[in-house]
Amino acid sequence: MLRIKELVKRYGDEKAVLKNLNLEVPGESVVSIIGASGAGKSTLLRCINRLVEPSSGSIELNGTELTKLEGKSLRLARRRIGMVFQGFNLIERLTVMENVQSGRLGYLPAWRAVSRKYPQEDIDRAFHLMERVGIAHYANKRASELSGGERQRVGVVRALMQEPEILLADEPTASLDPKTSRQIMELLRALASELQLPVLINIHNVNEAKEYTQRIVGMRFGRIIFDGEPVDLSNDAMDEIYAGVPAEERGGAESSTHLREVAAK
Amino acid sequence: MVATTQNSGPDAIAHREWARYTSKQRWQRFGAMGLVALAVVWSLSTINVIWPWLWDAPQQMGDLFGRMFPPSLEGWKDIAWTLLETINIATIATFFAVFLSLPIALISAQNTTPNRYTLWLGRFILVSSRSVNTIIWALLFVAVFGPGVLAGILAIVFRSLGFLGKLLGEAIEEIDRAPIEALEAVGASRFKILIYGVIPQVMPTFFAVSILRWDINLRESTVLGLVGAGGIGIILQGAIDTFAWQTVATILLAIIGLVIIGEAISAYLRKKVI
Repeated sequence: MLRIKELVKRYGDEKAVLKNLNLEVPGESVVSIIGASGAGKSTLLRCINRLVEPSSGSIELNGTELTKLEGKSLRLARRRIGMVFQGFNLIERLTVMENVQSGRLGYLPAWRAVSRKYPQEDIDRAFHLMERVGIAHYANKRASELSGGERQRVGVVRALMQEPEILLADEPTASLDPKTSRQIMELLRALASELQLPVLINIHNVNEAKEYTQRIVGMRFGRIIFDGEPVDLSNDAMDEIYAGVPAEERGGAESSTHLREVAAK
Repeated sequence: MVATTQNSGPDAIAHREWARYTSKQRWQRFGAMGLVALAVVWSLSTINVIWPWLWDAPQQMGDLFGRMFPPSLEGWKDIAWTLLETINIATIATFFAVFLSLPIALISAQNTTPNRYTLWLGRFILVSSRSVNTIIWALLFVAVFGPGVLAGILAIVFRSLGFLGKLLGEAIEEIDRAPIEALEAVGASRFKILIYGVIPQVMPTFFAVSILRWDINLRESTVLGLVGAGGIGIILQGAIDTFAWQTVATILLAIIGLVIIGEAISAYLRKKVI
């Protein structure tokens, strides 16, 4: 159970990116978060594992308050929170197996990490998961030799190696082609139900969000303005979520009308 | 229809003026070039060239070459032995410098240094190592440890530390943040992030820079002997002092051969490793 209360995040003196945000995610549900660029989706996910420091508010995962943790206790909490990234964030020059095992770094003694002497149960678990997502035959290849879809599978397996209590996915399909992107979404949905894991997915593609998740959260300007099942996401709701296009994009639209006026002359 | 107005329509675009520089900028550029030319003329005038000696130079060079020919093979055993000593100085010194430079690189890179004081310490070590020439380091160590190979090795180590530490430190500062973020997210400690996230990313630079430094050290250790710090320079100095020009020729040829072989080896290693 993830419980976020009155979460505020402000970068420097600027306007808050997250404004008194409240969200509850009970176990085992796949939730997608949609919203225009700059709505605060990424910041929200990164506040949960504290890659971004929340300014105020509370985030509670299975009874542990995450916002107050420091040093060692923060690392202990982080190893139970899996994360999948838009850019995969693999270590390119290491092998697939080393990348996958890096998900265990929070648990592993330093000498095992340095010498790559991973415990047999971790190796078994890695092969089991890699087999499940179809990358086991790449175990000894460098991550840089893999295609985008394969790399994201490595990213997913790395996160699952943590034996996470929750999985955060920040635009996991945005760098992939449509077909691969659907395969990854399908994989995330299947794994969530197999491992009984709550999953939070930031996503731009609303159709994929509707198809692969049971609950959709719509964000705009740092607030949640929609929270419901995919069937409830009407066109009106969509318009409201995507109406508040951030200033930069509006600026772009203005200059393109200007160009059209010039061309018309 | 031909355009009827002057300030609008497609024709107006064709008549717009464009120049890379405004006339003010152009004069500024001429002015700057004039100043550079003046500086060149002035600095040439301060050199105090003794012209007869300069005109004399081709003749003197011919004379020297005449006395060097043919290169003498007498004493080749000494030359071979000191040549080996030269290679040893360069290789041993590079080996130690590479290991010693790792911690210095880590504390002098902004993203891996533990705190501000260690950053300053690291940068201080780098600057002091780099601002003293190898020959000066060698003079210092000869004064401390007496003449010999040890002084030469230490001189090369101390000069190499700054070079290796600086380039490695810069490589560490330029690594991709994304994998580091992922490792932070799995709850890895600083040390483990270093092992899994930082070191794999700087490995190629590490090897390239070490090989390059070995190549440079090989050349530097040929002159260490001039100040008594071991290597082939000692017998070169001796031969010049006794006007044994034919031996000097052999030694110079040996040094050229050594440098070419060193260049070939480092080119081969670079291709092999990276």
